Amino acid sequence: MTHWLVLPIVLPAMLAAMLVLAARYHLVIQRVVSLAGTTALLGLAIGLFWQASDGTISLYQLGNWPAPFGIVLVGDRLSTLMVLITCVLAPLVLLYAIGSGWDSRGRHFHPLFQFQLMGILGAFLTGDAFNLFVFFEVLLIASYGLMIHSGGQKRLRAGSQYVLYNLLGSTLFLFALGTLYAETGTLNMADLAQRVATLDVGDSSGIRVAAVLLLMVFAVKAAILPLHFWLPASYAEAPAPVAALFAIMTKVGAYCIIRMYTLVFPPDLELTQGLFDVWLMPAALLTLMLGMLGVLGAKRIDRMVAFSVIGSMGMLLASVSVFTQTGITAALYYAIHSTFAAAALFLLVDVIRARRGAAAVSFGDAPPILGGALVAGMFFVAAIAMTGLPPLSGFIGKLLILDAARSSDLMWWVWGAILVGSLIAVVGFSRAGSVIFWKAHQARDEEIDVETPEAEPSTALAMVSIGGLLAVMIALTIAAGPVTRVLSATSAQLFNTAPYIDVVLTTPGKQINSDHDDDHEADGVKAAEDDHDGPAASDGHGSTVKDN
Amino acid sequence: MELLVATAIGALTAAGIYMILRLRTFPVIIGMSLASYAVNVFLFASGRLAINAPPVLTDGIDTYVDPLPQALALTAIVISFGMTAVAVMLAVGSYLSADDDLINDPDVTDGARADNLSQTDGGAS
Repeated sequence: MTHWLVLPIVLPAMLAAMLVLAARYHLVIQRVVSLAGTTALLGLAIGLFWQASDGTISLYQLGNWPAPFGIVLVGDRLSTLMVLITCVLAPLVLLYAIGSGWDSRGRHFHPLFQFQLMGILGAFLTGDAFNLFVFFEVLLIASYGLMIHSGGQKRLRAGSQYVLYNLLGSTLFLFALGTLYAETGTLNMADLAQRVATLDVGDSSGIRVAAVLLLMVFAVKAAILPLHFWLPASYAEAPAPVAALFAIMTKVGAYCIIRMYTLVFPPDLELTQGLFDVWLMPAALLTLMLGMLGVLGAKRIDRMVAFSVIGSMGMLLASVSVFTQTGITAALYYAIHSTFAAAALFLLVDVIRARRGAAAVSFGDAPPILGGALVAGMFFVAAIAMTGLPPLSGFIGKLLILDAARSSDLMWWVWGAILVGSLIAVVGFSRAGSVIFWKAHQARDEEIDVETPEAEPSTALAMVSIGGLLAVMIALTIAAGPVTRVLSATSAQLFNTAPYIDVVLTTPGKQINSDHDDDHEADGVKAAEDDHDGPAASDGHGSTVKDN
Repeated sequence: MELLVATAIGALTAAGIYMILRLRTFPVIIGMSLASYAVNVFLFASGRLAINAPPVLTDGIDTYVDPLPQALALTAIVISFGMTAVAVMLAVGSYLSADDDLINDPDVTDGARADNLSQTDGGAS
């Protein structure tokens, strides 16, 4: 058993601890270590992605305990793909944080950033539902710290809204897991898949409740319609690099929906029929419309971008809830695209905010911004990508989604929502672009309240970072063919769950009933082995590895 | 006993949700704590209820309780404790910087409603 699969979790955890203990007051050391760490993570992620790219599913048993008893990490195509996206995003965002000086405006930016990465990567890699909860909490608690980085009244209030909303989400997650455990007696995803498949259709109320509760939890994360209220304020008020990193967090929700509802509650499972076509699809379409209307209605550019994230999540989930292989393929392509598009837009908004003086992010009059051509050009590219106009990746993603929706009963609704929504978003983004970059020149002649904004330290680095994000999108456009081939292999693997379950459950681990010289212990465990049908439990000895 | 535990979980959750809907930081944090107590008991009960049974297996024992939910509840307790601490710190910071303890931004929400809230629920923190 190699240890590569656990490194994306261990490395940021160690780095974060080291940064906070050893390099607490040395910003330069923090920057160097943090950047080196994320670059190393990128290397690791590429390695893992390459390893999984031939269809191998690699398994890491923590503490060498075999599957349903111990926690496992699973690296299949989807997990490693999501890890790769995160690890490409992280160094670019970090570059911006360093270049714009955001990391020096408060304490502990870099350790929290590393903890955040640890949580996100762990959530992508884990193969155990309760462990997923734990990693959710890790990423959330780090995000609470990042969210209020550098303080301020508005930010603190938005931060407490965000924290309380997510605390409620976590409580809901625990209720879902409790229900799931009460119904099946296991929380390992592969084991769950097996046991849920054998449940009696007539007696399905409990498991249905569990499935719906879980979907709600992930919908909170993915900001689906009735549960999206936390997103606009938090993303708009969060520091720019943090908001850019948060672009991947909504995808954690989408990932979990894809993972749980292909593996544990597959679309052809009779127990949970109707969950997607009746509930998730309309919710996703409404989310799409609401997000795009929000783009048009927002009075500030940062809220506008936050609403465009909601809209893109609606688009993504609409594609997921078609629940065919082409649907998942399109959703994955769109997920990659929208992560980078949203990140680039959040960073651009910060550049605009810093250079626009008093008017900042509102759509009021302001003198033209410094270095306007470059910023305007980048905003133009990012807006084209986000709204899904040709020629960039947003357009390709949308085409794939439209194509995938042809098999759905709700095809015309999907097409209508996506096309109308995109039109509204185009109008919204063009208005923002015209007001900020064109109208400024008109206003200059009339009244100039010259108030030069504070100089930005090393903006070149910040621009390189945004340029990098845009370059990823352009690469995604050019390489759309190979990328979609990889993604359709990914979704094919998702729908063929047998190898996944097989790898997780049949890989031998530590010998549980070995003839160890410690008689007492060996006897106790042996009894556990023999007593599988005990009245109270079926997984008696799984606890030893689970309780932290 | 099932009835008792189920009623307790239900009452705790209901009280928690009621407090959360007050939309001021202190009641909301209390409500969160109540909800997390409820979920801890719920997790504990998800392994079925049994009395006087050991969670660890030794020879000659037929009845035992499932130790896994206990471990899950322990984890959940630790996490919710930490999270509550973070939420309290944030709420204090937000209260000190904004001089009120409303969850919603009074600039965004309707001013009259914010006034109304502060009259009926003054001094909550």
